[in-house]
Amino acid sequence: MKFLNFLRGETFARGIHPPQNKHTAHTPIRRLPFAPELVVPLSQHIGKAPRPMVQVGQEVVRGQPIAKGEDWLSVPHHAPATGVVEAIELRPSARGPWTESIIIRPYAGATQEDLWGVPRDTSVMDGPEILQAVWDSGLVGLGGAAFPTHAKLMVPKQAKVHTLVVNGCECEPYLTCDHRVMLENTKELILGMQLAMRATGAVRGIVGVEDNKPDAVAAIQSVIDATRLDNIFVEAVPTKYPQGSEKMLLMALFGVEIPSGALPVSLGMVMNNVGTLAALGQLLPAGQGLTERVVTIAGPGVSRPGDYRVPLGTPISFVLEWAGASAQPSSHAPSACQLVLGGPMMGQAVASLDTPITKGVSGILVFHPEDMADRDGRRTFPCIKCGECVESCPMGLNPSALGMLAAKREYELMGQRYHLGDCFECGCCTYVCPSNIPLVQQFRIAKQVLREKASAL
Amino acid sequence: MSTAIEIRSAPHIKAPRTVEQIMRNVVGSLLPVCAFFVYQYGVSALASLLCVTAACLFTERLFVKTGTQSGSLSDWSAVITGLLLALTLPPGFPLWMGCVAGVVAIALGKALFGGIGFNVFNPALVGRAFVQAAFPVAIASYTPSFLPGRFINFIPSTLAWPMMQPPDTTAWLQNMQIDGLSGATPLAKWKFDGLMVLPQDLLSSLAGHMAVGPSPLLILACGAYLALRRFMDWRIPVAILGSAGLTAWMLYGLDPVRYPNPFFMMFSGGLMLGAIYMATDMATSPVTPRGMWVYGALIGVLTVVIRYYSGLPEGVMYAILISNAATPLIERITQPTPFGKSGLLQPKRGASYPLHPEYISREEANAVTPKKRLLKNKPKP
Ligand code: SF4
Ligand code: SF4
Repeated sequence: MKFLNFLRGETFARGIHPPQNKHTAHTPIRRLPFAPELVVPLSQHIGKAPRPMVQVGQEVVRGQPIAKGEDWLSVPHHAPATGVVEAIELRPSARGPWTESIIIRPYAGATQEDLWGVPRDTSVMDGPEILQAVWDSGLVGLGGAAFPTHAKLMVPKQAKVHTLVVNGCECEPYLTCDHRVMLENTKELILGMQLAMRATGAVRGIVGVEDNKPDAVAAIQSVIDATRLDNIFVEAVPTKYPQGSEKMLLMALFGVEIPSGALPVSLGMVMNNVGTLAALGQLLPAGQGLTERVVTIAGPGVSRPGDYRVPLGTPISFVLEWAGASAQPSSHAPSACQLVLGGPMMGQAVASLDTPITKGVSGILVFHPEDMADRDGRRTFPCIKCGECVESCPMGLNPSALGMLAAKREYELMGQRYHLGDCFECGCCTYVCPSNIPLVQQFRIAKQVLREKASAL
Repeated sequence: MSTAIEIRSAPHIKAPRTVEQIMRNVVGSLLPVCAFFVYQYGVSALASLLCVTAACLFTERLFVKTGTQSGSLSDWSAVITGLLLALTLPPGFPLWMGCVAGVVAIALGKALFGGIGFNVFNPALVGRAFVQAAFPVAIASYTPSFLPGRFINFIPSTLAWPMMQPPDTTAWLQNMQIDGLSGATPLAKWKFDGLMVLPQDLLSSLAGHMAVGPSPLLILACGAYLALRRFMDWRIPVAILGSAGLTAWMLYGLDPVRYPNPFFMMFSGGLMLGAIYMATDMATSPVTPRGMWVYGALIGVLTVVIRYYSGLPEGVMYAILISNAATPLIERITQPTPFGKSGLLQPKRGASYPLHPEYISREEANAVTPKKRLLKNKPKP
């Protein structure tokens, strides 16, 4: 198979090619109006939740900090709209449990400009200043992981970073927000890269873009050419899922395997998502905080799909209404639909329409039962050992064996002998399995059990 | 939105391939082989195919009904077993014996282990092994193909009464006054009479003219179709044919008088059917790519060894059954190497950007400036 990969010009072993369905790639980003109520959950990122700085009844202007980071892995929040703080209370979150949120009612007549930011000259800022500014902007990884960006750009003392890798793959079907950002905010992206390179000490920056977005590559290249940058490159990598994974992209660009358990920084590289860096290039010169983000709203259940610039905290129900998700169940006879936050391969099904858009939400997809019928109508067979999953696992695991062990609840063995810990839950194995076995779902449970066991010790 | 929301965990999309689809395609690819088999041997072959398949389906249904095994008839796997089993039997094989083979194939080969996916041995071969042991005479009597009148008359042995030995076909053949055509397969001729098959005879046997059963060339073509559409793993047949050919070639090099040429080895007997349709049975072959090579190579070598050194003319069946048994072991020692554990820290040759583990200077970085490459990751010299 390696030989076939070589012939096809593929970049890492295995992986899959799901149908792209990027229907919204050619429509410009539109802006969404403000919802009558914005819900800003305090916990939006990996790390500790920040502490609210406002009281109920207090007026806030757009961009004003409303929550302060408590410790190193905690970033501030900024008011997404000019209005009044209506409440600080528990609200449902995408994952289900209710979390503490700041509720803001925007003023109907307000111009909703960002009144807080103070423009500054980024060209004179040095590394630590940039890091502090990134921290203050409340920026987290906008690709989905929502890891605080300042922490990612902070290089450990003993490591030396030479390359900033920018992830413009967007390999998930349906999602196009990064694609649009690369086309529309190219200059900000380049500026963000330069700032991040200065902060990390990298001497070159490389944007890896999947070759199904040649216009994005061309747009970035034209900015590079126009500004005669000699240390920023853009590289097209062949389209394949899960290219957007850190390890896979580094394999595609450099041909190196990040050792299991290690971070790219151990090889002198720092990786960020294009959306994050474009936001960085936008926010830092303006001295603003993150108050909105681009979200792809798509899927067969949406009548006006597109990429929207959405104020953080906008409830999903409002977004869906705006995008024309069929609010009436009558048009789709069965009375169920499925909402996914993120892409269809790794995105998370959401339990409540009241949950808001947070910093890590890259897409909202709406599927109807008809779209799912094909999948659900299928019988589940025992593993017929067809080997499809082994052939598709980018981490080189044996999902077939793992699945059989999971069925027997041999979780320890899965971890010890079959490298369960390396599985990053990309879902390729479940996607391809003709027996319709929920492999990655079983692995999640197994990992959870192992984690609990480990913490119980 | 007042609609109910359903919660499932990712991934939310699914590849269209299903088990039924795989099995249907295998059946589909077998149909030309079966059709030619019928063309070769006439109504006897047709009756054999139908009876054996029916026996398999009936047995499958019985076990599903009684809850002994999971699965259903709609997955087509019993049809595959039936057709394959019938193709391995001689065309004039008594129908009642064929039915016994079909019942045994499903009952002992599949249901006993718990149904589809759980079986350790290829069910068709289990059935065939059983009748080979039970009816050694009937299973060795081949009749030549393209007999005149094959579409009107059954080969007399076909319609033997249950529990009766079939009548001898030799007299019947002589009656039909077709001299020079014996009922022995080329392999048996070589094995027992020391007769080497002449090149032109071999060629005709490839097309299915001699008493060889289904045409190897046609099977090869159908297998190629399956492999190209990725309903079958190409590694296993390639490994089997390669290793069988290689082993035979080595022995032929040692003593060309005693051993037949490797070409004969690869295209005679049931090797083609076994390599393409039997050994690739998913449930009984390894899942790991490396395991598939090992498994295939084992079958190839075993086939040649059994053919040369045992008392049997044919060795494919036992080679595959033995390798089926070895599959769990093979799998255990050929697990794929997880990403990041291969120690591949240095860039592979052909990586687009060289990578320096240590800090590199601006000049160095500029020195490796690539040309913009759209749509292709061309290796840099
Ligand atoms: S989910 Fe895990 S086991 Fe499955 S393909 Fe992805 S990495 Fe491999
Ligand atoms: S893809 Fe499914 S049926 Fe095939 S080997 Fe993997 S787990 Fe088994």
